[in-house]
Amino acid sequence: MTPAPKVTPPVAATPPVAMHPGWVQRVLGHHHFWALTALVLLLIYNVVNDPHFFAISVQDGHLSGSVVDILNRSSSLMIIAMGLTLVIATQGIDISVGAVVAISAAVAASMIGGELVMNGGTGMEDVTRFSLPVVIAAALGVSLVLGMWNGVLVSYLGMQPIIVTLILLGAGRGVAQLITKGQIITIYYSPYYVIGNGFLLGVPFSLFIVAAVAAIIVLLTRKTALGLFIEAIGINPVASRLTGVRARTITFAVYSVCGLCAGIAGLIVSSNIKSADGNNAGLWYELDAILAVVLGGTSLAGGRFFLFGSMLGALIVQTLTTTIYAAGVAPEITLVVKGAVVFSISIVQSDKVKAWIGSVAAARRKPGAR
Amino acid sequence: MNRDGAVGGDPGGFAGAAGGKAPRGIDRRPRSLIVRYQRFLPLAVTIGLFLLMYGAGAYKFDGFFTLQVFLNLFIDNAALLITATGMTLVIISGGIDLSVGSVIALTSMVSATLVERHGWNPAGVIALVLVMGAAFGFVTGVVIQYFKTQPFIATLAGMFFARGLCYVISIDSITIENSFYTDVALFRIPLVYDSSITVNVLLALSVLAIAFYLAHFTRFGRTIYAIGGNEQSALLMGLPVARTKVLVYTFNGFCAALAGVVTTFFMLSGYGRHAMGTELDAIAAAVIGGALLTGGTGYVVGTLFGVLLYGVIQTLINFDGSLNSWWTTIVISLLLLAFCLLQRLFARSKRT
Repeated sequence: MTPAPKVTPPVAATPPVAMHPGWVQRVLGHHHFWALTALVLLLIYNVVNDPHFFAISVQDGHLSGSVVDILNRSSSLMIIAMGLTLVIATQGIDISVGAVVAISAAVAASMIGGELVMNGGTGMEDVTRFSLPVVIAAALGVSLVLGMWNGVLVSYLGMQPIIVTLILLGAGRGVAQLITKGQIITIYYSPYYVIGNGFLLGVPFSLFIVAAVAAIIVLLTRKTALGLFIEAIGINPVASRLTGVRARTITFAVYSVCGLCAGIAGLIVSSNIKSADGNNAGLWYELDAILAVVLGGTSLAGGRFFLFGSMLGALIVQTLTTTIYAAGVAPEITLVVKGAVVFSISIVQSDKVKAWIGSVAAARRKPGAR
Repeated sequence: MNRDGAVGGDPGGFAGAAGGKAPRGIDRRPRSLIVRYQRFLPLAVTIGLFLLMYGAGAYKFDGFFTLQVFLNLFIDNAALLITATGMTLVIISGGIDLSVGSVIALTSMVSATLVERHGWNPAGVIALVLVMGAAFGFVTGVVIQYFKTQPFIATLAGMFFARGLCYVISIDSITIENSFYTDVALFRIPLVYDSSITVNVLLALSVLAIAFYLAHFTRFGRTIYAIGGNEQSALLMGLPVARTKVLVYTFNGFCAALAGVVTTFFMLSGYGRHAMGTELDAIAAAVIGGALLTGGTGYVVGTLFGVLLYGVIQTLINFDGSLNSWWTTIVISLLLLAFCLLQRLFARSKRT
């Protein structure tokens, strides 16, 4: 059916590298090898089923085609995955991202108002209660506050991340329902559509948002010592604190960023579907995001993290979802596949399996060394 | 030395706070009631809160202070009580299980399709789903114990997996019209003053009684407390840590499946969206009932009051009528938060 079970372990499972690895081992041992293989397999499957899969045409002055569509759809997940990567790197977890997506979407949609005014003939008038920058600032502000809420509880009050974010996961959907008054608010305001449906220079606008977020996070974590500090906290929180890393502040910041990322994703999602639904917006996003992060090679035990890997993982998840849609299977069924993948990866990342693979690899190397 | 040792290997007892190794004479010196019964304080707060809310409801609404309304708390929350009981043991052992809501939904789905679409015998179906739930818990436990996966990751994956399986069976809700199921669902056991309870309540109370016995009167229960207190110490003491941990998750899986059976009786349908967010409610009930999320402390009876408090909040919101039902989730989340903070406060004051 789907080639998904072939999504085999990323980095963590690679055996200890020999002294002078050949190019084969270098390629096999690269931390994104398995993720890329999975993506390529998915793409091959799609091309076999639909020879026009890679066809890109220019319509109305912008690119269009399946690949562009997948990229556009994966943009929100990529942004969430990047935020979540930082959280997971500090040994944390954030399962409230889906709820924050719903709240951000609800805030934006309710501020625009959901009022349909026809413009004489068939066109609709652009009606909004607040100007676009105010709407965006409010939605992002609320998301940031929610992220900070998680951050305060985890870092300053020392609560377990899973409980803190579970609380927001439960309460968040309730809050989103209260904001939308239990209804689906449709957005009738075309400038807002640009965020998730628009094009800039022929390329989906959302990809520019992804690029901007990625640039900022990568600059902050890879061009400053911040990334190192985050990894240090994830590897050993106590030791990092004792060496003078401001673990609390950084943990707080990481959850805030994750909330903000989820807020941005909420804007993209609500703009893309032109509505906000407290019940279904961002439903199961936490699974997709965790899956994207682990596929990208970041261990759920914290420590080393791969931002581009997570983006790659998000792309895989979206391609998988689109493939399953195209195969005519109900999208909810992807949950089984995704759940199974997270399950197997977490087993493969365990020390026991690593040790076992290591011993098998060592046994294989021995005859060659002689 | 440890005079409060009634609750097995509870390491967080007050004797430790005053220096467990102190001679007997010093141990007997009078202490303030609060210090002495500090570990019962969350439970006392819960019971107080429950009485307060029930009193407020009785004051504000006509017909609130009746036996049937009180019994309805049990009837409406039988499934939650069952799964929260299992969750309590898991939390005492220092773990967590996020998959219970999904297992409930999966149980209802499997029951509905086997009975309605394949014409299976209800008794066989119930036996099968109970075994299925226990097996699900067993696999989770094995993965957590032998592969050292963090409990929340393993059970989070299980949560998505079981939810997905529901949709593999059917996207839509399947209504149950089987006579056995409808008979059990409608059967009321009459009590005094024209009030009655359902079979579900009996099931829930028996699970509670069994869990109470297991936790406080068996070696298995004491081992759970010991593991939650300090797994390394439990291991060094020669306790069967691995077996106990796997069994705790298996028991929880069984409880979730039984809660699923009860939910199926209650809803008379199988649906992939049943019991959404029940994991939060179950954890909240256990924590509100005095279970420490870090493990080692908790009361099965406390969980009963946690569930009752949840039920009262829901009933109050229903009686009020003007409030959205989403408020239940929001209030219970805030309560969970408040109790977690209370625990942190105690943990901090105990250290200093």
